[in-house]
Amino acid sequence: MSGEFSFVGKRVPKLDAPGKVTGQTFFGHDMKLPRMLYGKILRSPHAHARVARIDVSKARALPGVKAVLTAADIPDIRIGWARDHPILKSDRVRSVRDEVAAVAAVDEETALEALELFEVEYEELPGVFDPEDAMKPGAPLIHADAPNNIQEKMRQSYFHGDVQKGFEESDVVIEDRFRMPFVTHCCMGTSFCLASFSPSADLTIWSSTQMPFLYQRDLSMALGMPASKIRVIKANIGGAFGSKLDMYPFEPICVLLAQKTGRPVRIAFSREEEFVASPTRQPVICDIKSGARKDGTLTARQVSMILDNGAYSSWGATTPLVMMLTISSLYRVPNVKYDVVVAYTNNPYSGAMRGYGNPQATFVVESHLDMLAHELGMDPMELRLRNANQPGDVTGQGVKITTCGLTDCIQKAAESVSWKQKRAKPGNRGVGMASMIHVGGGARIYPSDGCGSTVKVDDFGKVTLISGSTDMGQGADTVMAQIVAEELGVPVENVTVVNTDTDLTPWDVGAHASRTTFVAGNSARLAAADAKRQILEAAAESMGESVEDLDMKEGRIYRKGEPEEWIAFEKTVRGKHFRPDGDVVLARGWYEPPTEKQDKEYRGNISATYGFAAQAVEVEVDTETGEVKVLKIAAAHDVGRAINPMAVEGQIHGGISMGLGYGLYEELVVQEGQVLNPNFADYSLPTALDMPEIDSIIIETDDPAGPFGAKGMAEPACIPTAPAIANAVYDAVGVRIRDLPITSEKVLKALKEKQAKAEEEK
Amino acid sequence: METLTMRLNDEEVALEIMPDALLVDVLRDQLGLIGTKEACGEGECGACTVLLDGQPVTSCLIPALKAQGREVYTVEGLASGGNLHPLQKSFIEHGAVQCGYCTPGMLMSAKALLDRNPHPTEDEIKEAISGNLCRCTGYVKIVEAIKAASSD
Repeated sequence: MSGEFSFVGKRVPKLDAPGKVTGQTFFGHDMKLPRMLYGKILRSPHAHARVARIDVSKARALPGVKAVLTAADIPDIRIGWARDHPILKSDRVRSVRDEVAAVAAVDEETALEALELFEVEYEELPGVFDPEDAMKPGAPLIHADAPNNIQEKMRQSYFHGDVQKGFEESDVVIEDRFRMPFVTHCCMGTSFCLASFSPSADLTIWSSTQMPFLYQRDLSMALGMPASKIRVIKANIGGAFGSKLDMYPFEPICVLLAQKTGRPVRIAFSREEEFVASPTRQPVICDIKSGARKDGTLTARQVSMILDNGAYSSWGATTPLVMMLTISSLYRVPNVKYDVVVAYTNNPYSGAMRGYGNPQATFVVESHLDMLAHELGMDPMELRLRNANQPGDVTGQGVKITTCGLTDCIQKAAESVSWKQKRAKPGNRGVGMASMIHVGGGARIYPSDGCGSTVKVDDFGKVTLISGSTDMGQGADTVMAQIVAEELGVPVENVTVVNTDTDLTPWDVGAHASRTTFVAGNSARLAAADAKRQILEAAAESMGESVEDLDMKEGRIYRKGEPEEWIAFEKTVRGKHFRPDGDVVLARGWYEPPTEKQDKEYRGNISATYGFAAQAVEVEVDTETGEVKVLKIAAAHDVGRAINPMAVEGQIHGGISMGLGYGLYEELVVQEGQVLNPNFADYSLPTALDMPEIDSIIIETDDPAGPFGAKGMAEPACIPTAPAIANAVYDAVGVRIRDLPITSEKVLKALKEKQAKAEEEK
Repeated sequence: METLTMRLNDEEVALEIMPDALLVDVLRDQLGLIGTKEACGEGECGACTVLLDGQPVTSCLIPALKAQGREVYTVEGLASGGNLHPLQKSFIEHGAVQCGYCTPGMLMSAKALLDRNPHPTEDEIKEAISGNLCRCTGYVKIVEAIKAASSD
């Protein structure tokens, strides 16, 4: 399919890989500036307490300490989209991660020693750790302006059709409750920033942010300094997965320490801090009711969710908006109702994490679809095929589905695991599947969802793409270089990518919502097309030809149809430059996806296209121990077009390992607000030994809106894995696990209950 | 202060260190070998893996003086004479690198494996890197890359 292209569809190695395999790549943690100080933060040991007294005198007196900060030293700065989060806490701490004081010292050891010297007296307050308890009358109030501990701005009610009528018209109606735990990103590179002021009080901050431009705005608002005085440079990031989507207290704290000392200050989280103080995926309690007619036609879906927001609002509180897409629009469902409430607790707060709520919504919807199939006596795959979204559908939420390979995904994934032969067979092996829908053409949650690009071509044929997009390890830069090489008609080796330095690069909303290939890719393509036009116009002039008759490929300019006779493009570029009225090749591109913001009833087409996938899983369950072993995962993903199949596979594999962890292993254990397993020994991340055979099946639907047909695909890979495993466990041994992760204990308990019930019935 | 003498990436080095200094800190902070990453500080993630007399060790747990008179290899020592090691080439070509933070440790664990077992099975490869955590790749392409390098 990609035979028509020179670079699109090719397995181009990542541009940054040579630096990374030789150990030469500089990550934030590797940076040092002259006179740089090390910042550290004192955090609350209590989940809820009044801060009675802070004495900083001993810490301040420690030799090597250059500055200490408490809330008393700074204005009352509140951050987060709900502005409910003071960066340093004054009278009250609301979770164990809370920042109480900060210090900057000449080295890390001194900074850590200083933390021991702060004297803080706390008066413990009763806490609330369960979102349902938090909303009960008389529960301890966490924020004075949030009665019943409810984050009112995120209380949502959505509907289309009439669920009551839908259930009345159903032959089968089932209702269940599901629960999902805290899990966290576990980026190998922890959170980082390094702040430095120039003599003219201009701030440069090197950061692990994945949203440089929103970060610049957030810093400006937090610090009360003009954004025009702030330069954000994205350092090389050791993974992000959404964790670096928001600005957190440590970042303005770091800037304030730099301001106070007049020296560069860096803050890098320890691993324990990363577990406790960087955000989590939000735990969800979810009630779902689903209905269908005998023939398998879905009639109604009603979902009610309670989210644990933790003590403050970061992006985690806004994930219901993404969950809504799956609830309203995965499969054709004529009647849907969705209600969500987000409750404050004294737990660590939740944020954005790969999939942004969709893994939770998909776990519930896809587990329940399987349960519905069993009630109907249908093959779950057939039920999915019967109700699958199709190109041209407009869902009840106003979601316009253009390209859609869902049917193909379901069939190909099923074939790969020999679904028909293996399903519903005796023994302890089983197969299960789950599908998903996700935004694939940007996500309009901000007034602009665009990205800007500049392409400059120098006298020697070096092509530089200056892009607003952010590469955090996923390989966006390489994909951008391929798009520019293809569109411009130069070898990919000639293209270099400069990104995310807010002083240099045009605006972009950031690396979220799987939007970079689509939005930044379209933008880069426009800039490359403009550069190509400038070069061909110059060539036409010097050759005495008309532009329409010329073309350029792999750096050669030739008359269309006569590629044997060519001139090198850099020669034309030089000719254009070095003449009396000369000019350089400098091109621009701005792409804003043709989408709309949701209206007050949450209707609207927020993405220019949507991604679809289906994963099918084969498992073996040890009925003695309850252990689930995943034997194979077939992952069929509609990616529009794979600009770089190797990178697409990499996203599928990585997503699956995160989904596998969510399904079987991972849980951040939080008891009474304390994180009990803030380390890799106790938090079970999948290792190489846990990974099953993976069959990556790339479905290309050639999306007309995407760059060379591509649409977003990176988050989707982690979304359907957990429900596919849960469904396979049911097929294998007939037990339905409704609470993630699916641990051996839970499976064993369910098997025993099943056996007891069977004996009772005898 | 104590004097640490070791053979590091095929060169003799001697330097003054604090007696309780960890190997990872000496490598990164005193010798500027920032390729070795520290990602947990507890020997649980493998990012700081280096070779000590050919054995993979987590340098965040090893006192630097343990390297006294011994041979240490870091990721910076993999390439020689301007040529990348076959493992490095293979990691690039097979897409085994994403964010790259685990990469140096992975490469060192893989080198230790291939040095003692030039043609490992897939299970042996997985076992050898099971102490190296990666959140980006799902390990699939890393295993493929090691396998390909071993059959070269």
